Amino acid sequence: MLVFSATRVGAATISGQLPWTPNAGSSPSRIKLGSWEFFTGEEGRAMEAIADCVIPPDPETAGGREAGCAVFIDRQLAGPYGRQDGLYVRPPFLTGTKSQGSQSEAGPAQKYREALGSFDRACKSKYSGKAFADLSAAEQDTVLKGLESGDLKLDGADGKAFFEQAIKDIQMGFFADPIYGGNRDMVAWKMIGYPGARYNYLDWVNRHNERFPLPPVSMTGRAEWTSQAR
Amino acid sequence: MLEEKGIAGLLGSVAALWFAMMLSTRADASDPQEFTEIERGRYLAITSDCASCHTVPGGKPFAGGRPIETPFGNIVAPNITPDLETGIGAWSEEAFDAAVRKGVRPNGARLYPAMPYNAYTKMSRDDVDAIRAYLNSVDPVSNAVIANTLPFPFNIRATMRVWDELYFKAGEFKPDPAKSAEWNRGAFLVDGPAHCGACHTPKTFLGGDRTDQYLQGSYLQGWSAPDITNDKHTGLGEWSAEDVASYLKTGHNRISAATGPMAEAVSLSTSHMTDEDTRAIAAYLKSLPGKASIETPLPANSATMSAGNAIYRDQCSACHGIEGKGVARLFPSVAGSSMVRSNDPTTAIRIVLRGARSVGTRAEPTAPGMPSYGWQLDDGQVAAVLNYIRNSWGGAAPAIDAKDVSRVRSDTALRPD
Amino acid sequence: MDLSGPVKSHMPRKLPKKDVVIIGFGWTGAIMANELTDEGLEVIALERGPWRDAPTDFPPGYMQDELRYRVRHELFLRPDQMTFTFRNKIDQTALPIRSWGAFMPPNGVGGGGVHWNAEMWRFLPSDFVLKTHLTERYGKDFLPEDMTIQDWGITYDELEPHYDRFEYLCGTSGTAGNLNGKIQEGGNPFEGPRSRPYPTPAQAQPFSHTLFGKAARELGYKPFPQPSGNLSQAYTNPLGLQMGPCTYCGFCEWFGCSNYSKASPQTTILPYLIRKPNFSARDNSEVVKINVDRSGKHATGVTFVDTSGEEWEQPADLVILSAFSLFNVQLLLHSKIGVPYDPASNTGVIGRNYTHQTTSTVNGFFDHKKFNFNPFIASGAIGMCIDEFNGDNFDHGPHGFVGGGYVGQVQTGARPIESTLTPPGTPKWGAAWKSAVRDNYLSTVKPGTGVHGSSYAYRDVYLGLDPTYKDRFGRPLMQITMDLHDNEVKQNRFLTDKFAEIIKAMGADHVAKQYRTAPYDITQYQTTHVNGGAVMGVDPSTSALNRYLQSWDVPNLFVLGASAFPQNAGYNPTLTVGALAYWAAAAIREKYLKNPGRLVDA
Repeated sequence: MLVFSATRVGAATISGQLPWTPNAGSSPSRIKLGSWEFFTGEEGRAMEAIADCVIPPDPETAGGREAGCAVFIDRQLAGPYGRQDGLYVRPPFLTGTKSQGSQSEAGPAQKYREALGSFDRACKSKYSGKAFADLSAAEQDTVLKGLESGDLKLDGADGKAFFEQAIKDIQMGFFADPIYGGNRDMVAWKMIGYPGARYNYLDWVNRHNERFPLPPVSMTGRAEWTSQAR
Repeated sequence: MLEEKGIAGLLGSVAALWFAMMLSTRADASDPQEFTEIERGRYLAITSDCASCHTVPGGKPFAGGRPIETPFGNIVAPNITPDLETGIGAWSEEAFDAAVRKGVRPNGARLYPAMPYNAYTKMSRDDVDAIRAYLNSVDPVSNAVIANTLPFPFNIRATMRVWDELYFKAGEFKPDPAKSAEWNRGAFLVDGPAHCGACHTPKTFLGGDRTDQYLQGSYLQGWSAPDITNDKHTGLGEWSAEDVASYLKTGHNRISAATGPMAEAVSLSTSHMTDEDTRAIAAYLKSLPGKASIETPLPANSATMSAGNAIYRDQCSACHGIEGKGVARLFPSVAGSSMVRSNDPTTAIRIVLRGARSVGTRAEPTAPGMPSYGWQLDDGQVAAVLNYIRNSWGGAAPAIDAKDVSRVRSDTALRPD
Repeated sequence: MDLSGPVKSHMPRKLPKKDVVIIGFGWTGAIMANELTDEGLEVIALERGPWRDAPTDFPPGYMQDELRYRVRHELFLRPDQMTFTFRNKIDQTALPIRSWGAFMPPNGVGGGGVHWNAEMWRFLPSDFVLKTHLTERYGKDFLPEDMTIQDWGITYDELEPHYDRFEYLCGTSGTAGNLNGKIQEGGNPFEGPRSRPYPTPAQAQPFSHTLFGKAARELGYKPFPQPSGNLSQAYTNPLGLQMGPCTYCGFCEWFGCSNYSKASPQTTILPYLIRKPNFSARDNSEVVKINVDRSGKHATGVTFVDTSGEEWEQPADLVILSAFSLFNVQLLLHSKIGVPYDPASNTGVIGRNYTHQTTSTVNGFFDHKKFNFNPFIASGAIGMCIDEFNGDNFDHGPHGFVGGGYVGQVQTGARPIESTLTPPGTPKWGAAWKSAVRDNYLSTVKPGTGVHGSSYAYRDVYLGLDPTYKDRFGRPLMQITMDLHDNEVKQNRFLTDKFAEIIKAMGADHVAKQYRTAPYDITQYQTTHVNGGAVMGVDPSTSALNRYLQSWDVPNLFVLGASAFPQNAGYNPTLTVGALAYWAAAAIREKYLKNPGRLVDA
């Protein structure tokens, strides 16, 4: 019994009862696996290689590429975050102090595109035409350390800022809910012992210094949610 | 003083009395314009819950136009305000009584039992006259309602003659002298004005009551109304009389909360009943025998129960608690909920799929809502978690499978509630 | 949505008059609406954002989404909808805050009350008479010359019954420290006297919080549990609303509460309020102006814009401005109510005494073979705290600063994107980073705002209107001029060092101190406790409101919220904000309605 009438005013009047509609709210949707939605094939390959340097694979836990971190970034850049939806993007765009925050007109998607292009050119020029993904592990390490220190400069892009952002985004994809493309099979959460999207710890708050035994669960569940038999 | 007024005065008084008696048809009739009569009628209209069918939510009281879903199609409730053209203002008291207690319109056409005349028959003529007096006092509303909306062959009202033959037993409520006044009052309310059986007694395929399963639960309008006999698993067996009365009065008790069509019944009708009446209904319901069924719970390590356990722990326990006990008057106790263990799991399934808002009343205004899980759980998972809830903490109920869930999912997909 | 240009397509259409119009439907709007409808007045609340409620907007199926709600701020105002410009110093050009950083303005029904931590602190008695108190104790010359702190015009004792009222509305969980003057074991011995105990007991403290308490006690401090609006048990509040027990989910601040256990307007007021026939609310309706008559001394109502860009006028006899501190000041400036503050001449009142909160933290890294904190088990207001260094609870003479704050292990969860810290010196990426994260996640103490200090007012820290940047209606953005002063930097260093000692005493192998230093950085989150700009006081030349939060200029306008704070104390502000709303409501009910007009002579 919903009293939620749209009057002549273009907004709803709420009175009498709390509003209710079934299926209201906005449940999250899983990203679609498959081809890149933002990156070109080459950009994606480069990002996967960077992801594997930032989070190398080891016998216990997958690395950044296998965990889907590049997929995470791709889907984020293809969406509202990449477009700077919701941010204040009115001019004039002036350079301020560091404490005044970013004043760039270019959003994350544009910045990645420019930086990745520049990064590819820099690798190819330094390593006889080889893209980053085709370099040896030692060469990749040298390149990234060069970006980090500022020794390796990119033309038309801030290499240091790009790598800082890439580290941040790769690690974010590693730890976010698998619904977003990274942290595949909750590998990161299993690595650190984080139980995931749970809600009730009432029976554990007073158990001090004991390992929490339940496996992690994502917003779309875990394997144990599905009956094994028919 | 009669001596002072004289014989003429006495004759005049007698004449006046005679006239008054002629105006009313029965020796004990009340004046329909009198305040007490109207008040009595207002209360009876509340216990009969006329508004739930005859008032469009948020619309003018009793002006009709609300579609009522039946298994045979939608019926639109008529305008019962005293409007002369489009309401029942021109009807006589006899005609009104015939409609309410016999299911017959002034032109002889029969009403469909969506109008629960087979329950209202238990009321007395006085009761119906009082309701009429009250309805006569509300604002007349001009609202022409087209009543005939059922598909063929149900639009032939004459077929109701057959239905009445099978299922309608006219007659006022007869108190049982062996029982208390409170019990009798409760029986009268349940079988009469409050017409609980209309939703809670299962129906034959023609829509008549299955009297052998009196109040054991039924399906309607996309919901399953639960068993309200004393069955321990599926009925009110674990409820005290106070739990029942509290549920009717406030929409909530320590175990459960009213939602869906029952939220409306609480909101419009039972929450406005007197405490004596809600206690009477409780006393009556608690006196009914339960099926005394003995159920064996599903084995805890079966595939569906294990999956359900995982889902429950990860999700449902957020509100319903790790032990299933919920929080009194806030989150229902799924461990204690008989509704959850209903033979017809429609309500439990649809609440999980679509969420639900429980009723807010003056005594319990919180009106907590359950979120929808239809986006998160597939049909097998919904079945698993319900199987777990239905068969844990001492409970037992038949297994649900994914097909049951997909049936409810598609049936409720286009519903507004 | 871009409305490009002033919304002036035609004259606003006029709606039927109400007795009261409330601008902004968060904590103070809801409190005032409930009070005034009890007087039988016809009240309408206008909210810029959408209606929100737990089952439909923050259910336990998808609320635990750190990326969506913490990183992408989904419940908060979009800067595109409204933002501010910022600069540190008067001689700089202010630039837009294009993406939120230092604070996060709320939006929607319930306002910040939906996604706050529910930390519920009373201010100290001395905080309300700060200028007088500090001058008496340390002398006028001890205070920096450009510090503009003021007395509030009310005392703690006057506010106490309203503190009590708001605490009982919310079911606050805590341990009393001072009951009617008698100090109680286990509570905060420094707090002002309270008339009765907390409505529910303190929350249970997880491992690291308990360990902090133990270490603090051993160092001679008197730790106590943080007072929490995340309840320790089921509770029925005075309006008959049911709340449940907090389940320590670790998704509190930035998130709505899924299971009715965090105090918010939704859980403590709205279901009761909405049933009253003399109350209604409109969501998605942004008030753009408070209208005043020709005299400029009487408000006639407000003008608001709906989602189609149409303007409407809502006339009313009484206007309550409760839109959150920053938006309160902005609306007063745009409506030309009160004289705007000019820092050069030190005249005017709207925009003066703007403050924030001086916070910092110390992270502790423990041996994971010995310590497993299960840090994901927590609530938004969990923690053991000490108050020895708050306000004027200690002698500031040797230290050369005034003010202070509480410190505590108040870690509210361990959502992994933000809580996978590594000890100092660990590389930021690569195999070493990965194994450090693995080894430290469960054994790191990350208090968050472990140091929670006061922010006093200064002549060159203020709010005004920007000369260049515009909002989507074509109006100037509000301009924030803010920097940290030496006093707060010293205060913070002192507190952070003390805090670090306790973290070390807990048994940490490494302790990483993070001081709060100048310049004030608009990109670093430091609570959304922004205050001032329309302060209360006894002198109309230095305050916008009298002691009842009534505008000196427009008697039928009351302005609720932390914009009334002349300066910020070393505590979270919301309990004081709510208490002041009850205080103002009482003044309206008992005095103003009987005799509308100025309650205090200028």
